[in-house]
Amino acid sequence: MSDRLMAPVARRIVGVAALLALGALVAVGLFVAPPDAVQGDAQRLMYLHVPAAWLAYLAFGVTALGSALYLWPRTRSAVWDRVAGASAEIGVVFTGLTLLLGSLWGRPVWGVWWAWDARLVTTAVLFFLYLGYLALRRIPAALDVRAKRCAIAALIAFVDVPIVHFSVTWWRTLHQQATVFNPELDAKIQGTMALALWLGVLAFTLLYVYLLDHRYRLEVLDEDREERELEAAIADRVQGGTPSREAVGATS
Amino acid sequence: MNLFQEAALVAGKDLRIEARARVISQQILPFGLIVLLLFAFALDPDRGVLQRTAPGLFWVTVLLACLLGVSRSFTVEADNGARDGLRLSDLDGSSIFLGKAIALAVELLVFEALLTVGVVVLFDVHLASLLPLALGTVAATVGLAATGTLYGVLAAGIRARETLVPVLLLPVVAPVLLGATRAWEASIDGVPGDAWPWVALLAIFAVLFVGIGMLAFGPLLEES
Repeated sequence: MSDRLMAPVARRIVGVAALLALGALVAVGLFVAPPDAVQGDAQRLMYLHVPAAWLAYLAFGVTALGSALYLWPRTRSAVWDRVAGASAEIGVVFTGLTLLLGSLWGRPVWGVWWAWDARLVTTAVLFFLYLGYLALRRIPAALDVRAKRCAIAALIAFVDVPIVHFSVTWWRTLHQQATVFNPELDAKIQGTMALALWLGVLAFTLLYVYLLDHRYRLEVLDEDREERELEAAIADRVQGGTPSREAVGATS
Repeated sequence: MNLFQEAALVAGKDLRIEARARVISQQILPFGLIVLLLFAFALDPDRGVLQRTAPGLFWVTVLLACLLGVSRSFTVEADNGARDGLRLSDLDGSSIFLGKAIALAVELLVFEALLTVGVVVLFDVHLASLLPLALGTVAATVGLAATGTLYGVLAAGIRARETLVPVLLLPVVAPVLLGATRAWEASIDGVPGDAWPWVALLAIFAVLFVGIGMLAFGPLLEES
């Protein structure tokens, strides 16, 4: 059982690098890159919106991978369960952020807060899929029971995403075509704007690694606390005294 | 016994319990009809809104009934240690899953048949192309029953399951609602050509989730 994903030094380096990249993103995104010819300054929201969306996909991908590795008997380890849970939590936050930023951007550019467009709807469903997963994770249970249950739920959600996307795309499509991640991978945007986008992707990815490690560590501490409370409760019971309030809370 | 005989055994058990307990006929069916009435109150029956939105309203009602059906399907197993009985029965996890999903699908199909009568009578809907409508309904129902049974066992033994199942199940079955509604719309409009791709999507969803359910049900039942 490993208590950490990264050595504390490595984590600190990643944290500082994330901070520097975010600072550079602020500078390039707000001051260096020119305002968009059509959308004006509102377009600058894209420097956050696109990296946030990328991060959401990355995080859910890691959750699916962690869940699959947990379910595979040869690689089964509590490490993968914690990684899956930690990553999903970050993913949900950044999916929410993607939706929020997109909405703020849509108001001046599209004239509406929300449009029933394929990618928006898929992202919203994605958000709720993993919100449900997090709800499931919070249900108290023995660690291995919870881990297996959650891993299966995460994989179901992962399998469901392409179906949701496919069906919703059939239903309606209005969203801008992807600018950077188009099939030719040929960014159709001006140089400093592209730089800001890539900086955003880099900064958010570093931030993701940093947060993942912290969240993982928190999970380990949480498990440790539960174990101690359980032990305390058992000790109380063995001594024949009335169980303390904390101990009752831990076992019920 | 092979897989299907075992599944038939479990399905038979569930359906027999339902036939005797009459929860579906006396509670879930009236619930569906009440929801149809409520839609009429909410959407003004005079302007043709009900008629136009009937497919969507129908499938939303089916989703709600499906939640009740899932809850019912696992409440039955919660009493008298029935879940332990299932675990000890030496039946294969896949066949228990199939059996419970088949029972739920049959119950939903009965519910849908009667709800269809309700929609036709109350919302003045004319069903033009019956074949894609029927196949789409069956595929959607199998998909709902499979995902419902899967999440049912996932949440079985959890005290908060009544609130947890909707939050987990509804986003996953969003494509079913979408596909089934579009298939129904096309069938009602008499353009079966538009309905077939959706029927295919519903069939893929159903096959996929029956497969996942057969794989995952055993391990989930063990630890519920």
